[in-house]
Amino acid sequence: MADPAPRRVVSMNLCTDQLAMLLAAKGQLVSVSDLAVDPRASAMVEQARGYTINHARAEEVHALRPDLVLAGQYSSRASVGMLRRLGIRVETFAPARSMDDIGAALERMGALLGREEAGKRAAARFEERLSALRAEVERRPEAALYYANGYTLGDKTLAGQILLTAGFSNTAAKAGITGGRVMPLEQLVMYAPEALISGTSYSGETRSEAILDHPAVELLRRSRPSAEVRDRDWICGTPQVLRAVEGLGDLRRKALEGEG
Amino acid sequence: MTLLALDDLAVDLRGRAIFAGVSARIEAGEFVGLIGPNGAGKTTLMRAALGLVAARGHSSLLDHRAVDRARHAAWMPQARDIAWPVSVEALVALGRVPHLPTGRRLSAEDQAHVDAALAAMGLEGMRHRTATRLSGGEQARVLIARALAQDTPLLMADEPIAGLDPAHQIATMQVFAGLARDGRAVIASLHDLGLAARHCTRLLLLGEGGIVADGPPGDVLTPDNLARVFHVNAWFADTPHGPVFQPLEVIE
Amino acid sequence: MIRVFAALAILCAALFIAALLVGPAQIGAIEGLRALILGGEGPAPLVMQEIRLPRALLAVMIGLSLGLSGAAMQGYLRNPLAEPGLIGVSGSAALGAVVAIHTGFSAAWAYGLPLSALAGALAGVALVIALAGPRGSSLTLILAGIAISAMAAALTSLVLNLSSNPFAANEIVFWMMGSLADRSMMHVGLALPLMVVGWAMLLPLGRGLDALTLGEDAAASMGVRLTRMRLVLVVGTACVVGAATAVAGAIGFVGLVVPHILRPLVGARPSRLLWASALGGAVMVLAADLAVRLILPERDLKLGVLTALVGAPLFLHLIYKTRRELP
Repeated sequence: MADPAPRRVVSMNLCTDQLAMLLAAKGQLVSVSDLAVDPRASAMVEQARGYTINHARAEEVHALRPDLVLAGQYSSRASVGMLRRLGIRVETFAPARSMDDIGAALERMGALLGREEAGKRAAARFEERLSALRAEVERRPEAALYYANGYTLGDKTLAGQILLTAGFSNTAAKAGITGGRVMPLEQLVMYAPEALISGTSYSGETRSEAILDHPAVELLRRSRPSAEVRDRDWICGTPQVLRAVEGLGDLRRKALEGEG
Repeated sequence: MTLLALDDLAVDLRGRAIFAGVSARIEAGEFVGLIGPNGAGKTTLMRAALGLVAARGHSSLLDHRAVDRARHAAWMPQARDIAWPVSVEALVALGRVPHLPTGRRLSAEDQAHVDAALAAMGLEGMRHRTATRLSGGEQARVLIARALAQDTPLLMADEPIAGLDPAHQIATMQVFAGLARDGRAVIASLHDLGLAARHCTRLLLLGEGGIVADGPPGDVLTPDNLARVFHVNAWFADTPHGPVFQPLEVIE
Repeated sequence: MIRVFAALAILCAALFIAALLVGPAQIGAIEGLRALILGGEGPAPLVMQEIRLPRALLAVMIGLSLGLSGAAMQGYLRNPLAEPGLIGVSGSAALGAVVAIHTGFSAAWAYGLPLSALAGALAGVALVIALAGPRGSSLTLILAGIAISAMAAALTSLVLNLSSNPFAANEIVFWMMGSLADRSMMHVGLALPLMVVGWAMLLPLGRGLDALTLGEDAAASMGVRLTRMRLVLVVGTACVVGAATAVAGAIGFVGLVVPHILRPLVGARPSRLLWASALGGAVMVLAADLAVRLILPERDLKLGVLTALVGAPLFLHLIYKTRRELP
């Protein structure tokens, strides 16, 4: 990388916020997005409080006079396009879909910030902890990820990979689901997974989450090990996912105890 | 027997006095023609008698509950409303609604009244036709038949013969006269003074904010009344063919 | 006449059974019915009793309600364009339901949901009747409907957007289009009492609606108490539409399509149309919900999408037919 290290970096996406906070030099990162201080979504609320908060809008980001903007692949095209037209360098990150993506993202973030060494170190440390957790398993109990609106995630998603890493097999695979999709409730009931994993419910009632209180789901949940996962450990491809893998390890042990 | 008694009836609409001080008694056996120029309040008088518009004074019909009133007096409004494409027979059968307990189907007696009403208006051949597809005059006859099927001692009709051909105008007037002969009473607002003079037993002339004249046709259709209220003169004579009345000229 | 009702009843029963037997989970017909009636262990009884049965029951109840209320409103306003969805009653009921859910009222008290939807529907239907006047001309009806629908949709979106819950904003589609997916017996229990009250109010209106064929004056002179009838109609419609919308969102056009198709078959008599439309509504919603499950089972296609695809062209046709009375 021939460019000198950027000196004013603004991140406008929850996942780049966290990667940048992990790797940036002191004073290099100027601002992170408002989601970074939302305790439900962000694993790094405390650190994020030390930065200026932006709302991912081009105007306010521009006013921060950044020399590098970090955005998600799915950040508003209009905002990203406008910043680029204004001559600001914008780098976008695709959402992580596997464990390998996480190491790669750490290395790329390090490179972008002019901190290749820190990036490589973080990636290596992540791989090391990951392989320690990726215990060999003789039997994979089946678990289903079930979220609001009956949404489930398959193997080609980060959550699906977390599930596999923790030694489960994914019910969604049975239904032929690899990405994210709605799984009809009755299909879930018929597959009768050995464990049920659902997202944390948010404050404030919604109809979308009512499905998680459906008598059929309720019965599944009561009759087998189940866990609520904290979204912040699952959403972004950061070393934080290791916490999710650890949490699922406990669930797996419970699922296996059930048979013994 | 008095079938309708009006005492000092008065109606104001939007602050304007339509009429006041109207008192009249309608006896069984009478066919009363309600005549008067446009805007004299013929429709309003009948609606007030039925309690369909707020009025001061008293109408004997309002002594009844709404349901009983419907068995005592039938009303044929001027507006020829037929909202849905029902058959002629079904429309006429609506006249039996006040006589049917809730949810009960038409009895043989009800059907007999419907058939009689259809026959009286010469509609037997149309009974299965769709009422909304008939001509205006035919619809008017169907609606008269509906009011007849209600089979009430008193029948009130607002311009029932407007829009009918001469044969059906005369036939309708004869049906009403026949009802009166059978001991009922009919009140109909009319613009055709000739037909009124020939068929009605009594005329009520409405104008100048009240009743101008009330009595047999010969006593009401005087040159003086005609000039004052209608601003016309007319030729009126008792002939071997019965009373003949023909308006002639407008009086300036 | 009897034949029409018998055909509708048989169709309704057949679709009800089909609704129980069709679903993404492959359960044989015999096995499914046995699981439904006898229960037992395993996932099949759970699917049949807790997922498919409430869904089929709700389809019947909601279809009945929408068909009935459409026929009643059309009879009263003497206008074939009057339909709870089009004139904004469903939309205002949805607003009531959304407010109940997002203020936590429905969590605090289960019946808060249907009653709040009832309040919304009541406001909507009262406003329409007041605006359209006793004999609703097509123009005033449609304009009143547009205004009330837009208002209700805007307020619903506002409530959902103000919610701190990230799922809320995506629910606008549900409330606008309606769906029976993943409903449970709890929803049947929430909707049924209010619906029964509404049915009991609307079904006996037939006689008065028949008389209204001849206009207000003639009906009043035949002993129909119009003021009372209007009150019963407003409250009855609000009850059934409110209850239906609270549990399934705003499903449009059922009350338009069903009376239109059935009117010629019952000799256009409003009283018979009430019963026929109730049955026909159940048939239509059952059929639409089956189609939703057969066409795109995993996409959660909204019920209202299908009813609108059938209903909107018919609506245009009706406007075309009645355009002469429009200026």
